[in-house]
Amino acid sequence: METLQPIAGIWGLVAMSLKTLVIFSGLILVVAYTTLAERRVSAWIQDRVGPNRVGWFGLLQPVADGIKNFLKEETLPATASRAFFVLAPVLVLVPSLITFAVIPIAAPLPTPVGVVDMIIADVPIGILYVLAFSSLAVYGVVLGGWSSNNKFAFLGSLRASAQMVSYEVALGLSLIPVLMLAGNVTLTEVVWQQQQLGMWFAFPLSLAFILFVISAFAETNRLPFDMPEAESELVTGYHTEYSAMKFSAFMISEFGHMVTASALMATLFLGGWDLPGTWDDAFWHQGQLIRGFAADGSVLLASPALWKTALTFVGFACKTALFVLLFIWIRWTLPRFRYDQVMSLGWKVMLPTSLAYLMLIGGTILVLDEIGLAWGFWYGLGLTAVSGAATAVFMFYLDRGRTITGAAAQRQHMAIKSTSEPVAAGD
Amino acid sequence: MAISVKVMNRPEPEDTSYLRAALSGMALTFRHMVSPTTVTQQYPEEQTDLSPRWRGTHRMEVHADGRPKCVACGLCPTVCPANCIRLVGGEDDQGNRYPIVYEIDEFRCIFCGMCQEVCPVEAIHVGRHFENAEYDRSRFVYDLDRLMEQDHPTTLLWDPSDPSSE
Repeated sequence: METLQPIAGIWGLVAMSLKTLVIFSGLILVVAYTTLAERRVSAWIQDRVGPNRVGWFGLLQPVADGIKNFLKEETLPATASRAFFVLAPVLVLVPSLITFAVIPIAAPLPTPVGVVDMIIADVPIGILYVLAFSSLAVYGVVLGGWSSNNKFAFLGSLRASAQMVSYEVALGLSLIPVLMLAGNVTLTEVVWQQQQLGMWFAFPLSLAFILFVISAFAETNRLPFDMPEAESELVTGYHTEYSAMKFSAFMISEFGHMVTASALMATLFLGGWDLPGTWDDAFWHQGQLIRGFAADGSVLLASPALWKTALTFVGFACKTALFVLLFIWIRWTLPRFRYDQVMSLGWKVMLPTSLAYLMLIGGTILVLDEIGLAWGFWYGLGLTAVSGAATAVFMFYLDRGRTITGAAAQRQHMAIKSTSEPVAAGD
Repeated sequence: MAISVKVMNRPEPEDTSYLRAALSGMALTFRHMVSPTTVTQQYPEEQTDLSPRWRGTHRMEVHADGRPKCVACGLCPTVCPANCIRLVGGEDDQGNRYPIVYEIDEFRCIFCGMCQEVCPVEAIHVGRHFENAEYDRSRFVYDLDRLMEQDHPTTLLWDPSDPSSE
């Protein structure tokens, strides 16, 4: 019988190498097929067919795209800053994929030589690592736009830096309620606490979930926040001057961001690889792989199995795919915000809301702890009620058109002052 | 207010909606996503029914012994409004006229079908055919051999049982 010890020694090294290889090559494959999913789903939404020529149902289309991008002519603008121009795609690509290293993808897998955690690096700084690397991506975007020596690319990268910095604030603040509930920044513990709470954080922290989704859209530069690209205004924004595989690197990183953000949302708010019920729960608690605690405080040992790992991985993949679909669906529905709308949403709505919600959740946790409610389903239900009320207020406020409204409606209030003067163009 | 400016009666900000409008839009796109009403024709597999009046790529009728039916009378290059037919006629030792050079530039042709109408011996025809893509521009000038090789059906405007449309 296998020992329920974490894998170590030479086998640990082998397991780590295998995990890194499999997860990252799998991620690249998923990213490639996300491009196909985007094209097929957008086609269905617009009553078209989409790419269906290469392979069965167009399943070889990403391969064809890859070959095309490798064979295409690579242009280097004469006035571009060569070193930075080449560096920028790398700087964008790496952070978008490397974030995946701290996301647990399935329940621990038992092997004859020890239990393998289904995560590349269970680093103690978890979410901080995610935030650090997602901030790094803006450097590549800014560098790409600046080094191209192109006005449109430069404008795109300016917008990107302003937008990503703005929404990073709301992103970080909407994460703090999760950290307060989980009590730790490692993503394995976030998953574990959701298992213990008996409900996924999307319910007790519904407003944080919504704020995080909105910020994630802004961080990944997807519509309705694709100001850095804005192909109708800026050609294609920061990657205007890029071609062939360098351009492809930007596209891969955009989709990589999307997949990683989806996986992160699934982990933080939809329980990660957790499936309903306690049969799959597993967590390293003082050297033991436990399923939970009995009423008297003694530990219940977990029983990991291959089928549990496989099933939880499927669960995780489905949750991630759900968010990827949401990304695509929203992209092909909502029109792009104006730049001032993006800024006012970020600073005048997202930031105050996330701060107020932070205090609300902190207060609620304090009150629930004072009452002496045990960490469990009822605790989560109390938080759900408070968060639901906060979400309703937020939705009501956001829907009234005070923040994201047509230009004409906003202007009408100030137009009374000077009716004879036409509004200056380009203001 | 300048006289030419039309003032649009926009709703007040209190009466506008973003969230509800966005959600109803997403509901609409979702309905299309799950049941797309695709009208796309899968072209190489699904072919359009050509109109009976379709006039496409030319073909030259041949006698049973393989000679072209053309007698090099010169009517088709004369009537051709696009001036795309080049004909150099010759005469063999029995006094039969035949085309030495007969070329149709399919690029310049406007497919009016007047060459077919004017031909006294029903030699040149426009056909029910349009897939004549090539890798080289020069391949679009069809010479006599190529016109004789064409095996697509002729246009239904021409009835072989009533060749001179009487």
